[in-house]
Amino acid sequence: MAVQRQETPISRDAGGVLVVDDEFSMRDSLVHWFEKDGYRTGSAQDAREALQRLEEEPWDAVLLDIKMPGMDGLELQRRIRDVDPSLPIIMITAFASVDSAVQALKEGAFDYVTKPIDPDELSHLVRRAVERHRLHQENLQLRQKVDQLATPTTIVGASGPMARVLELVRSVAETDSTVLIRGESGTGKELIAQTIHANSRRRYFPIVPVNCGSVPESLLESELFGHEKGAFTGAQYRRKGKLEMADGGTLFLDEVGTIGLPMQVNLLRVLETKEFTRVGGAKPVHVDFRVICATNQDLEAQVRDGTFREDLYFRLNVVTISLPPLRERRQDIPLLAHHLLKKYAQDMNRPFTGFDPAAMDLLVRYNWPGNVRELANAVERAMVVGRPPSVHPEDLPVRLNESSASQTGDSLADMERAHVGMILERTGGNVTRAAEILGIDRVTLYNKIKKYHLRS
Amino acid sequence: MAAGIDIVPIYFTDRDETLRRLGGVLELDFRAGVRLRRPWFDPEGAFDPSRGQYRATSLLQMLLEDSQEDQAERVLGVTSVDLFAPVLTYVFGEAQLNGRAAVVSCHRLRAEAYGLPPDPALLFQRLHKEAVHELGHTYGLLHCPDVRCVMRASSYAEEIELKGERFCEACRALLAQRNVIPRALRSR
Repeated sequence: MAVQRQETPISRDAGGVLVVDDEFSMRDSLVHWFEKDGYRTGSAQDAREALQRLEEEPWDAVLLDIKMPGMDGLELQRRIRDVDPSLPIIMITAFASVDSAVQALKEGAFDYVTKPIDPDELSHLVRRAVERHRLHQENLQLRQKVDQLATPTTIVGASGPMARVLELVRSVAETDSTVLIRGESGTGKELIAQTIHANSRRRYFPIVPVNCGSVPESLLESELFGHEKGAFTGAQYRRKGKLEMADGGTLFLDEVGTIGLPMQVNLLRVLETKEFTRVGGAKPVHVDFRVICATNQDLEAQVRDGTFREDLYFRLNVVTISLPPLRERRQDIPLLAHHLLKKYAQDMNRPFTGFDPAAMDLLVRYNWPGNVRELANAVERAMVVGRPPSVHPEDLPVRLNESSASQTGDSLADMERAHVGMILERTGGNVTRAAEILGIDRVTLYNKIKKYHLRS
Repeated sequence: MAAGIDIVPIYFTDRDETLRRLGGVLELDFRAGVRLRRPWFDPEGAFDPSRGQYRATSLLQMLLEDSQEDQAERVLGVTSVDLFAPVLTYVFGEAQLNGRAAVVSCHRLRAEAYGLPPDPALLFQRLHKEAVHELGHTYGLLHCPDVRCVMRASSYAEEIELKGERFCEACRALLAQRNVIPRALRSR
């Protein structure tokens, strides 16, 4: 077997080159040559071993002898291309057989070389092959990133609290600091994480989200660290974990407060050393990623009651971005609503152009416990059930229509005024009926009407 | 009301008899002709695999599109699957306020959903109330503070039992303004 780098941790390297040749001397010299060129190398003496190596590790180029006992180079090329069509294959032939070389090229080989090999020519060829594969991989990652960002990515907000958040996002994006994003459910924590990543030097590598709350504790370890083949029942293949997937990029840990104590220890270790082992594995894997995490929980309280490790809390809480709830930035609601209307109208091909003033009034008055997510859902629903071109109050969920009166203020008096007003409206101003519904006598109701100027 | 109400079963796994009975009581409640008809759409598009539930708004959309050529004034989808609205864990139903379509789910109305033995009478009573409630929204009614009124909001199945199956006087007055003349939908 050829020289391998089993002892050194895997990291982003110059590229991996796999040499497949049945002649030991050829394999050995090629492996040494490419090691000197700075590549991670591996070798196989036949097709079976080559397929195994390909399954074990990622490679950027394969050098393949066209003549081998058993499965020949052409057949192996077909097998490899079935699994990974983008992996460049360079054929080596001792006979300068134009026919087989042409056949290999027709079937998608990157190029071919003839024995005796000119090492400089081969180096040049391999460099080109590795670069092409790397570009292809980067292209794939970028496409995935574009797909991820296809969701509403524009951060809309002109209010003071949002301007401060955006300023912080801008300044923290360029650094490699760990960021803790806090905010109620639906305030756009993941969107902020994506924005930080998209503006960081890691933007050409993926941002890998892990929703810690939705993955059962027993599966979280394998989800994050990956596992080796046979690590546990059902682990039929080696699987990369999210940490490895985030190599070079950003790991986004959503709902980080839900992670259990045993897993917190493992996570802390990885954050400190940037090294881990896959479940069922012994080889350390080195990764380079930035951590952004998010929570809507009170981590300080969790630290106090012992359900969240203090050392992990300090490790994560380097820079904190607190997202204001939508009710605290009502001035952003019209801007957001119009932005969402435009987006959904376009996506759903519905000819909506704007909001009826009464509908906008409801949107601005509502308390939005589900924040921007709830607003987005309300606008999307209006696109479905409403009648273009304008969104009317009845196109919005019932709860918004009901809140119009009661959201004038939070004091008991505000609530009472709004409620009495609503009942009077519903009874068409019939005081007797309204008093009956409210469970008070008519005189008391008259006093309230006078007190709150409801008739004026 | 002339044009009537269409009841459209969507993944409805209970007995057809339940729907016929529901049609019968709604016919009396709203003094409207009630017709039972099959849907011409695939409801699977409303399924959200991450939640294992069906999106109520999507079913409303399907019902509306499905009923474009239809003469019925109201379309009520009745389903046995679990419904949700994105910011809520589940909903018993959803309606187009002052519109045409409503959908109601039996999923959480069943006693079995709470570990109790099946109770067809209770299920029908709850289904009836929720159907009237959602149809009430289509006639422009909002939730009512009157604890006896069928338009009272219910977050839990038990709350449905507390309210009546009829509209209160205030809601009835609003319906009268809209020329909906429900059968003696008097408060009890």
